[in-house]
Amino acid sequence: MSDRRADTSVQHSPEHWLEEHGAALYRYALTHLRDEHKAEEAVQDTLLAALQARERFSGGASVRTWLVGILKHKIIDAFRHDAREVALEEPDAVEDDAGQDDDFAPDGHWSMRLADWGDPVRALENSQFLAILQRCLDALPPRLGRLFWLREVMEEDTEYICKELAITPTNLWTMLHRGRLGLRQCLDRNWVGQNVQAVARG
Amino acid sequence: MKMLTCKDASHLISERQERPLGFRERWGLRMHLWICANCRRFERQLALMRKALSELGRRAEAEAQGADLTPEARERIRKALAERRGHE
Repeated sequence: MSDRRADTSVQHSPEHWLEEHGAALYRYALTHLRDEHKAEEAVQDTLLAALQARERFSGGASVRTWLVGILKHKIIDAFRHDAREVALEEPDAVEDDAGQDDDFAPDGHWSMRLADWGDPVRALENSQFLAILQRCLDALPPRLGRLFWLREVMEEDTEYICKELAITPTNLWTMLHRGRLGLRQCLDRNWVGQNVQAVARG
Repeated sequence: MKMLTCKDASHLISERQERPLGFRERWGLRMHLWICANCRRFERQLALMRKALSELGRRAEAEAQGADLTPEARERIRKALAERRGHE
């Protein structure tokens, strides 16, 4: 890349980063934090961290990639902060509020007939379905919701998430499964729920 | 081989999105899905959820497309950077 030959002192000045990459960083932060104030804060924290770490920037990756990597840490920090009432790191703090327990009868069978969600292609094009999905995601316990966002929307891999949150893969998979069951149940209830007969409720 | 319950099967269907299943797990799940319409439905629902969540991400991204830091925000950040540099 040609810009690698540019004057490195200018290239490595945080003011230049703000000028050059500020908008992209802000858009990324806004996408995942969905709050203008938090997004601005994340960008600022990112540039401050980059300022401190700039000696360690190898120049191997592009500056943008490097900055986005730092921003991701900041976003995860913000997630952690949001979910601090139920610490993100303690997989067993939340048990039953994902609502998965009444999915199964004691003998391990489903406690109801699962609804047919119809044609997946049409569902994906259906804004109402996506709006309900967003609401269901927001209704998950914060810890699960954030984890889910990290895995399914930001599409981070197991290794990265486990390292960031200092949890084991088994914990992560268990929590993701809980999140999926909770989300599924919520979609069932709110999207096609009218037709679903809960057999073993109460 | 002991037959999987739906609860076990649901775990495997979910974990298959995270890690490759072992031979016995794959085989057990296949047998279970063969006979269990509910779990087949669960499998389809999870697949749809995963696609829909990434679609949600794409839409959030598209919504943020036109956004930018306000001049005031840029000024605040510039100040914070200058201040930090002053301490170096």
